[in-house]
Amino acid sequence: MESLVYLKDVTTLHLTPEKCVGCGSCIEVCPHEVLLLNNGKVRILQKDACMECGACARNCPTAALTVQAGVGCAMAVINSALGRSGSSCCTLPGQGGCGCSL
Amino acid sequence: MEPLNPEKGSKTRPAFDVVFPTVSRPPPSKTDRLGPPEDAVPPSPGQQFVSGILDTPAGPVPIVVPQKEAADFRGTFRARWGVGRMRYAVDPGLYALRKPTEDSPVLVTANYKMSFDRLRFSLQGRSAWILVLDTKGINVWCAAGKGTFSTEELVRRVDFCAVDKVVTHRRLILPQLAGPGVAAYRVKKLCGFEVVYGPIRAEDLPEFLDAGMKVVPRMRHKTFPIAERVVLIPVELVEAFKWAVFILPALFLLGGLGGPGSFPENALIHGSFAVAAASLGILAGAVLTPTLLPWLPGRAFSMKGAVAGCLTSIPLFAYYALQGLSGARSLEILSWLVLIPAIASFLGMNFTGASTYTSLSGVKKEMRIAVPIQIVSAALGLAGWLISRFLA
Repeated sequence: MESLVYLKDVTTLHLTPEKCVGCGSCIEVCPHEVLLLNNGKVRILQKDACMECGACARNCPTAALTVQAGVGCAMAVINSALGRSGSSCCTLPGQGGCGCSL
Repeated sequence: MEPLNPEKGSKTRPAFDVVFPTVSRPPPSKTDRLGPPEDAVPPSPGQQFVSGILDTPAGPVPIVVPQKEAADFRGTFRARWGVGRMRYAVDPGLYALRKPTEDSPVLVTANYKMSFDRLRFSLQGRSAWILVLDTKGINVWCAAGKGTFSTEELVRRVDFCAVDKVVTHRRLILPQLAGPGVAAYRVKKLCGFEVVYGPIRAEDLPEFLDAGMKVVPRMRHKTFPIAERVVLIPVELVEAFKWAVFILPALFLLGGLGGPGSFPENALIHGSFAVAAASLGILAGAVLTPTLLPWLPGRAFSMKGAVAGCLTSIPLFAYYALQGLSGARSLEILSWLVLIPAIASFLGMNFTGASTYTSLSGVKKEMRIAVPIQIVSAALGLAGWLISRFLA
């Protein structure tokens, strides 16, 4: 089966290598094997696989990794554009349009 | 910025030095600052899946049924069809699976019933403590992304449930997908418990526990196989139907306008045709796109949806093309050949939210291009169809 990859060159993921202490916490939480530990430093291996979930940045103790985290959900984008409460569909009572309850 | 935690990286070392604070050492727990959780009540023992009560140093803890019962199947089925999905929740708090002891692992999850069920059914005879956070009935990943499955909620819940009284170790096993909401190093600092990120799938927990809490790369990777995509189709259909219930009857009635025949005759022929064609668009966007996702061309979901829409319109087009068409009938068919992919493209685009690999930046980029095209196509298609009715 083909691997599922989304749009190229869009992610806001950014690594400041000087700040990285090589703890590897980001690698533990990344669901798409975007990052790699190499000689005690983290390196971005496949940038286009990043879905901006924000787990790496959240768990980075030195803020070496930053990303504008968000949910890649078209309905959420529409809802926020229409000024409906919450930035995401599932936060609206009785909506739950995104089917994200895995 | 938080200062660096020097103990980061020594994941296997239990943090026993912070278990019982003495006078010489400042108490590690800063949870008082956070206060109690919003709903500071213990979980109700009256919940369907509770089979008994375990007396612990932290008070009575409900024991949960470790295997699936008819009510769980029913609940999952209903939630998959969107029935009461936003209220499908369990009470937050501490639960016991089988006969946990002070050495048993503490597994943390969300209070969406399906998340909780996955966890309690996965352990195959093992005993454990299950700590359920208040995520407002939302699953782990979405709750972490929205900030309800958070460092603060975890620390508050650990404190409120007195987890330090029921276990001697100081380790919490979190699903990896809690990562967007929980900063492991901050949890350690705030309540003395070390966070171990376990596998993504609850089904991998037995292997993970048997290997001494070691994760293999396979367990870290979020896939999106066909079975996981197909179970999402009912909710996609239900969501589409919320619009279709107004639009389909409107199309049927609009089909009655114009033409040489009477209103009911026209509605029956052309209105029904429009309803069938629009349904093909829904089928393409809400059923074919999720199912055929990896095989549909393009990376953008709106593109995949449009292609699925073209696929479903082929038989329609072929059938009428073979019959030889009048001018008005040609325009009618042509209009729907534009409308079907537009509908499918929009619904396919909405599947980004259910998928496991789309980024917000990507979705915004695709929408900037796709939404204008969808709107123009829908407007042209609809105009063409209405004109065709009056040309007839």
